[in-house]
Amino acid sequence: MTAVEDAPSAQIGQARHRKEDPKLVTGQTSWTDNIQLPGMLYMAFVRSSMAHARIDGVDYSAALEQPGVIAAFSGEDLADDWAGPLPCAWPVTPEMVHPDHWPLAKDEVRYVGDAVAVVVARSREAAADAAEHVVVDYEPLDAVVDMEQALEDSTLVHSDKGTNECFVWNLDSGDLDDAFENAEVVVKRRFINQRLIPTAIEPRAVVVAPVPASGQYTLYSATQVPHILRTMLAMTTGVSEEKLRIVAPDVGGGFGSKLNVYAEESVALAVSSRLKRPVKWTESRSENYQATIHGRDQIQDMEVAADADGRIRAIRADLKADMGAYLQLVTPGIPVLGAFMYCGIYKMDAYSFTCTGVFTTKTPTDAYRGAGRPEATFALERLIDELAAELEMDPIELRKRNWIKHEEFPSDTIAGLTYDSGNYEAATEKAMELFGYDELREEQHRRREDGDRVQLGIGVSTYTEMCGLAPSRVLGSLDYGAGGWESAVVRMLPTGKVEVVTGTSPHGQGHETTFSQIVADDLGVDFDDIEILHGDTKVSPQGLDTYGSRSLAVGGIAIHMASERLVEQMKEAAAHMLEAAIDDVEFEGGTFRVKGSPEASTTIQDVALGLFTAHDLPDGFEPSLQAECTFDPENFSFPHGTHLAAMEVDTETGEAKVRSYVCVDDVGTIINPQVVEGQIHGGLVQGIAQALWEEAIYDDAGNLVTGSIVDYYVPGAPDVPSFTTDHTVTPATSNPLGVKGVGEAGTIASTPAIVNGVVDAIRHFGVNDIRMPCSPERVWRAIQDREGHTQDDTSDQELEGGGMG
Amino acid sequence: MIPAAFDYVRAGSVDEAVGLLGEHGDEAKLLAGGHSLLPLMRLRLASPGVVVDLGRIDELRGVREQGDELAIGAMTTHYQLTKDPLIAEHCPILAAVTETVGDPQVRHRGTLGGAAAHGDAAGDQPTTLLALDATMVAQGPDGRREIAAADFFTGVFETALAEDEVLVEIRVPKVTDWGYDYQKFNRVAQAWAIVGVAALVRRENGGIAEARVGLTHMGSTPLRASATEQALEGASADGIADAAEQAAEGTNPPADQNAQPDYREHLARVLTRRALENALGR
Repeated sequence: MTAVEDAPSAQIGQARHRKEDPKLVTGQTSWTDNIQLPGMLYMAFVRSSMAHARIDGVDYSAALEQPGVIAAFSGEDLADDWAGPLPCAWPVTPEMVHPDHWPLAKDEVRYVGDAVAVVVARSREAAADAAEHVVVDYEPLDAVVDMEQALEDSTLVHSDKGTNECFVWNLDSGDLDDAFENAEVVVKRRFINQRLIPTAIEPRAVVVAPVPASGQYTLYSATQVPHILRTMLAMTTGVSEEKLRIVAPDVGGGFGSKLNVYAEESVALAVSSRLKRPVKWTESRSENYQATIHGRDQIQDMEVAADADGRIRAIRADLKADMGAYLQLVTPGIPVLGAFMYCGIYKMDAYSFTCTGVFTTKTPTDAYRGAGRPEATFALERLIDELAAELEMDPIELRKRNWIKHEEFPSDTIAGLTYDSGNYEAATEKAMELFGYDELREEQHRRREDGDRVQLGIGVSTYTEMCGLAPSRVLGSLDYGAGGWESAVVRMLPTGKVEVVTGTSPHGQGHETTFSQIVADDLGVDFDDIEILHGDTKVSPQGLDTYGSRSLAVGGIAIHMASERLVEQMKEAAAHMLEAAIDDVEFEGGTFRVKGSPEASTTIQDVALGLFTAHDLPDGFEPSLQAECTFDPENFSFPHGTHLAAMEVDTETGEAKVRSYVCVDDVGTIINPQVVEGQIHGGLVQGIAQALWEEAIYDDAGNLVTGSIVDYYVPGAPDVPSFTTDHTVTPATSNPLGVKGVGEAGTIASTPAIVNGVVDAIRHFGVNDIRMPCSPERVWRAIQDREGHTQDDTSDQELEGGGMG
Repeated sequence: MIPAAFDYVRAGSVDEAVGLLGEHGDEAKLLAGGHSLLPLMRLRLASPGVVVDLGRIDELRGVREQGDELAIGAMTTHYQLTKDPLIAEHCPILAAVTETVGDPQVRHRGTLGGAAAHGDAAGDQPTTLLALDATMVAQGPDGRREIAAADFFTGVFETALAEDEVLVEIRVPKVTDWGYDYQKFNRVAQAWAIVGVAALVRRENGGIAEARVGLTHMGSTPLRASATEQALEGASADGIADAAEQAAEGTNPPADQNAQPDYREHLARVLTRRALENALGR
């Protein structure tokens, strides 16, 4: 292993244009929906229009009469096609309530969008038309929408389970009683981390191509996790794993929403098996909003105990997390992933995390960009700002008094993790300088004094996250159903080109570019001579896919180590070819040289050809052109950074605008600054969107009110300012490249920075919280309520949003 | 997101379109830019049996000068409005408002006539046409008739157009020297206005000779802030704040995820004041 600082890096660190982009921007991509197979049939799902009802009958006889219709199936029809219910791979406690989740509902529907039947026809249009002719006889049951009401168990989502409580998960550390009883200051807040809809630009799609004679199936899916999908489908559908090939073609974004095993994938396999024909299903955006997992949705009761000088003594987080109607692949594990993050970058004496999972009659929740960690960071960083306000202390000064100092790494946290590295001082100092922190504070003061209509607020977020998921033994200790290693094969071709096989499964991140840069440096070959192969279990049979900012920090390390192994392997052949002892041969920049005789050298390409022909190799030497590595990380990686938002709030209308945004992130070694910048920008916008715009709203009957992009406000470029992004580089010590991962950082950090900024702008009106998203109406009402105006038409919800806690 | 089956007819002339409407009655829908109709069809909220496409009727496109008015073909696209020199000179508020509609792709397909005939109280252009006292020209089996904008918007997505009539032209008065402004208050750039205010001010000796104020999304149709307008007759700039306080009188704003009625009323007052101040200033 080579430490990063002394590696001669020709490619690492360069802002190479992404290899993926020419194909993407010229329409030469192969999305799942582009796949056309001879004889292919199309599926349309009949979905529940009710949040909760008994199914008294499914009559599809009229649908079968429609032109082009081949078949239709209800949940009852397919009941014997499954080896088991849809999987949840993360039973967070032994007692966890785990209701059966069948691909098509049989007895009851439990959320609007729950699939009840499937119609199969010769065209997508015919299937959609015929689905309208399926009559489902529903006996309405009460919807369960509110988590706290759900916990009263007056109406049960799963009546056979006797409770709506899915699990309670707890982690206590240190002497909490002492900390809270003897603290000079205790601040309590209740935050609502609202439900979000991931909205990947490509909705889901599935194609199944069967070979009935041999019982083989190829399933194409717009998925982040072809390997997990293969294993899980084999376990739940009865198709044997070796007969099942999964292909993730070009995939247009996921943000966690495609980290799952979905009903439609199982049904496509079953229908294809029954009809012995290829089938396709492509999700509409409306279906995507109802039937693809949602994210977040937590009630966060937070408490901090501190001394008067600002030293934090303890933090207590008590969460209620909405599971939705069923447990999808890792639903219960998402809030629990946050368990280790409610202490953030701060030192303290005691810590408590408790999470109660709750069933409701809503779309299941699961991983959404950051998955448990944005929720934690939001509640923590909001709470720290509230403590600063209580102590009348600058929020950055308060953080300085509590964070782990750079000389204190590695550092064991109160939540039980070991942070390997970090430099919060450096990132914060740089961010404050870029931001003009002191000048903006002065302006804020001035505007307050002048009573300006537009008030200025400064939002701070000093975050860390745990990513690079994950050390397998840690996942085991958390009862997760799989490991966290990643696999790679690096292969020289006879012509001197290189193929790299990765078990990660990119869907927009730029892995092909980033990984090529690593291998180009490792092997001394041209960036353009490297092809990254992924997303097909036939090509890459071993892997654990892409999520949790793991692809570089785990998968990239596997590639790097496989490359080094290949060089070592080839060195023996090179020594033979150079007629030198192996210890006398050194490798650099694609050339094997004999130490001390610079003219005696050969290129890696020549050695590859020599290995291919195998005419003259050392006795017993295996003429292999490839090496592999499966890397299991010893620890998580911990990106961190300081984000500062200048928020302008129009006190007349309540509108909050981002005036400027500065972030200094430390993601360790940067392989490609442009790819990193892209990830940060996208992440920031997604995090800002939670703070200001996005919210999945259900009415009392359990209908998704924000059922389309018309009502669910996904921002566009005009809605955000130009960001100022910069970095500090504190290499991770847990892997040989010093990388940490960057996929989630922007989303995790930005949400609290924005809300802290909004609250800071109007705190002098007596406001200490605005519920997300900080809509103009919520901000306006918060100001009105505190100014003592009376409102004659104020809903309870809005009052609550105005200043909870 | 697949519409129910429908027949498609491309009309070669307005007469042909009117004939098709007569033939198919309430089964038929006119297709202009399609940015309101097609989403409704794809969501199966609308399932017309026949879609009559007006897209190839050249006579319905373009802006002409006609005495004290501009005559705008109903199929003139938003994009054309934003680039038209006659609009820029004589009715710049219409270009300014149209700039806020949708995104560039929408503006290249969407049409002024389509937006007006859709009759959306949350639409920016109906409000502006109402504030302009525009004249809507409809053609039916018995020829053409003129409808004042004030009589045109009759209810939620409802207009005075008969089932067999085609909106062919919109005439707007030249407001060449009037000050104007449009205040669109929305959540994200592409969202509909929570409230919008279109203000036109005819200035005289530094004061206000006449003001017209249109309100977006403050009721079931676009509305005029009549009390504000009356209060401003002959007023000076100092009168704006008081007049704007009356902007929400007579409105009946809806409640939705963005705003309860009282907040919409508040916004109407604030935005009316800002729109009038800006209008007076330019």
